[in-house]
Amino acid sequence: MKEEKTAINSPLKSDPATWVEQYADYLYRFAFSRLRNEEIARDLIQDTFLAALQQVSRFEGKSSEKTWLTGILKNKIADFYRRQASKSITEIRTAEIELQNFFDADNGHWNMQHSPKAFGLDDNDPMLLKELGGILNDCLKKLPALWLSVFSMKHMDDLTSEKICIELKLTGSNFWVIMHRTKLNLRACLQKHWN
Amino acid sequence: MTGALKKIIYNCKQATFLIEKRTLGKITAAESLQLQLHLTGCSICRTYQKQSTLISRLFTGFQSNELRLDAEFKLQLQQRIEKEMNKN
Repeated sequence: MKEEKTAINSPLKSDPATWVEQYADYLYRFAFSRLRNEEIARDLIQDTFLAALQQVSRFEGKSSEKTWLTGILKNKIADFYRRQASKSITEIRTAEIELQNFFDADNGHWNMQHSPKAFGLDDNDPMLLKELGGILNDCLKKLPALWLSVFSMKHMDDLTSEKICIELKLTGSNFWVIMHRTKLNLRACLQKHWN
Repeated sequence: MTGALKKIIYNCKQATFLIEKRTLGKITAAESLQLQLHLTGCSICRTYQKQSTLISRLFTGFQSNELRLDAEFKLQLQQRIEKEMNKN
């Protein structure tokens, strides 16, 4: 009780009225680059600020406000990932059925109509890469949410596969199957919409 | 070449799986050899490999610098925070 009282009486180390102006865009970029979805990113920013308000009396200024808020956002994103892991079963099944046609069931050869064809672009042309990146963003939106979560955790946060498996309750082999399917799916989607 | 080995070496599904696993994790020496042999003979999977790398690069290199929340959303957020602050 004594501790609580001190916290209430001492002035806050952080002024919530300045958060939006100072950090909203930064946090939004952080969330969006991982989730690639405007609406979800916005929701998580709001959740982050509201959660931070609840905890602000305990913020001691040991880390910067920005680091502290980013930490809260990271937890919100992790919660979001975990929720997706348990609910995207139908979505995953549909995506899996699509992938079944990619290879010959017998010998594992590419089926002709699904086989990779060169995009025919210079990998270093920034304009083309930007355009391709835009198409990729649309493709990412169509991925089963669990797959995007796994892909994003690996690529954007550089987490080990072991850590991701624990977070999302996946087995090691499951993890690699998802990474493979995600890449097959994205590649096919890019090929379909490029040109 | 034995039938089993042949089957593995010509299996594009397995080869593309190994490409992903090699890039982000580890594959065994035997798998690495299989993949090498496969890629030598399969131009389609070489194209896949190139595009797979490009996709990872595009994903991680996503430029978010120019992204902004719109003013109206920020205003709502600000009002929400102030309202919550006044509750306490």
